[in-house]
Amino acid sequence: MSDAVRFENVSRHYGSVRAVDGVTLSIAPGEFFAMLGPSGSGKTTCLRLIAGFEQPDSGGIRIFGDDVGGVPPYKRNVNTVFQDYALFPHMTVGENVAYGLMIKGEARPDREAKAARSLDMVKLGGYGDRRPSQLSGGQRQRVALARALVNNPKVLLLDEPLGALDLKLREQMQEELKALQQLLGITFVFVTHDQSEALSMANRVAIFNDGKIVQAGTPADVYDKPASRFVANFVGSSNVLAPDAAARLGGLSKWTSLRPEKIAVVDPGAAAPADHFNASGTVRTLNYQGSVSRLTVECDGTSLVAAVPSASVAYKSGDRVQLVWPRSAMVTMDGEA
Amino acid sequence: MTVRPATADRPGVLGAISDYFFAHPHRFTILLLAPPLLWIGVVYIGSLFALLLQSFYSFDDFSGQVVREFTLSTYGKLFEEANLLVILRTVAMAAIVTLASAVIAFPIAYYAARYARGWKKALFYLAVMMPLWSSYLVKVYAWKLVLAKEGIITWLAGLTYLDGALSALLAMPVIGGPSLSFSYIGTFLVFVYIWLPYMILPVQAALERVPGSYLEASADLGADPGQTFRTVIFPLALPGIVAGSIFTFSLTLGDYIIPQIVGNSRYFIGQAVYTLQGTAGDIPLAAAFTVVPMLIMAVYLTIAKRMGAFDVL
Repeated sequence: MSDAVRFENVSRHYGSVRAVDGVTLSIAPGEFFAMLGPSGSGKTTCLRLIAGFEQPDSGGIRIFGDDVGGVPPYKRNVNTVFQDYALFPHMTVGENVAYGLMIKGEARPDREAKAARSLDMVKLGGYGDRRPSQLSGGQRQRVALARALVNNPKVLLLDEPLGALDLKLREQMQEELKALQQLLGITFVFVTHDQSEALSMANRVAIFNDGKIVQAGTPADVYDKPASRFVANFVGSSNVLAPDAAARLGGLSKWTSLRPEKIAVVDPGAAAPADHFNASGTVRTLNYQGSVSRLTVECDGTSLVAAVPSASVAYKSGDRVQLVWPRSAMVTMDGEA
Repeated sequence: MTVRPATADRPGVLGAISDYFFAHPHRFTILLLAPPLLWIGVVYIGSLFALLLQSFYSFDDFSGQVVREFTLSTYGKLFEEANLLVILRTVAMAAIVTLASAVIAFPIAYYAARYARGWKKALFYLAVMMPLWSSYLVKVYAWKLVLAKEGIITWLAGLTYLDGALSALLAMPVIGGPSLSFSYIGTFLVFVYIWLPYMILPVQAALERVPGSYLEASADLGADPGQTFRTVIFPLALPGIVAGSIFTFSLTLGDYIIPQIVGNSRYFIGQAVYTLQGTAGDIPLAAAFTVVPMLIMAVYLTIAKRMGAFDVL
């Protein structure tokens, strides 16, 4: 079976700016795929290339095996949930959802029934007669989702779909999107700059920087084995150690990532278990964050951050402590920032 | 230890005034609104009301005096054939001018709203506004020369061997005439030229408010460019088109200079009003004529509202 979406060495330039620079990627059917990266990293341009709003300057794009080079958006069987939702203000919610079906020429009763069902699916049953302006941000987001899904697209594209929502609503929508994707089995491709959103929702993540994919894999892969300094810093937080610092702490003389939650804080002089490294130092700052606390510890001129359960913290600033972490927690990586 | 009050009266007359208005915001609003409301109320609405009143008087042809008694006979006069023709002629011209302005203005406004950036946008505003800076009379007289039998259009037609076509156009019944400057075609052209900016600007403003993502969304949902135009762009531009047509339509309904300078000698409403209130002194009929465009506009706006032209505003 062919890939849902396949990029073959795709580039898109704006003048001298390489928005997308030689990207090759494949997204499997039924996958929940996240494109993660800082703003201007090319992730949104990739999404727009799939939708057809942009055409690649070089390289090829296939959607379920069909080369879509030169195919306009309205002839592609993909639908988009826009960042600003782009609901038509002169139509009711129901008309918005039924728009794609109307364009296809479906009879009014059919498309109204389908639109109503689609609105039910996003828990907005009975809202069909309202205007988009009468809805809250979260509700508009659901309408945009229903409007895209009612067309039964082969690939659903989501451009920063939850960016404008507040935290509570965002977490709730993350769960609902995941459930919806599993229910429908449609390939979802979504763009986000929020790494926690990408990790929690996607089956697979591609991390973008400067128009290139710097790493792709499952959320656990990219989190546990960051391929470069950029990924280690961008996905979660990490102690990124320069080669000399890594060597001093027992690792190899290479750029190394050490996740704060892998580090345990114990009394000085306590014996380290086998296969563990340790280092002693002085607590500089203590940052309480609810369930965990982050301690910054100065060890031989290297600052290490350790994240430990708040309940177990018995130290204060200035205390001598010993840090202990498994050897495997030190992940060597490419030095590219 | 003394406790300072949480609020203290500020010193001086200005302080007292500002304290007073802070405590009574409604009175401040009224004070600010009073001058413009008086202007609109007395000068605008008041004079309109006086006009309306006049239209219910009648004119004694024999004595040449206005009879100040309530009557509907003046309005009845509007339905005499000659007067009815004046009204129909004016409304038809206003409608055609409005339609033509909308058709010509739309692509210009669309380009300006969606594509023009930087200096191109500045050029657009300049090109649209600059004709408004020069005298209306100068422009109309310039057009008279352009359209005259000895004018540049006749000359160009001769040069391109299109004089046959021009003659055929001028030979057409009703709209034709001895030359472009003595025909309804000429009147129409000048009207469209003069009012076009009033159509372009509101349409451009309406299109400016349509984000590009709406067009992408409609393409994404399967609409080809034609369908996007019909179902998204046009409905969203409609309030602008209606706003522009209020200008072009009502300005054409009321104008008495253009048809006097360019066109045949048949009257438009404005000319009828001008003549009636002048030498004839028939103020009641002139007032009744003036009420006609107001009624037409009221009907037009009601229909536009019913059609949902203002829903997006």
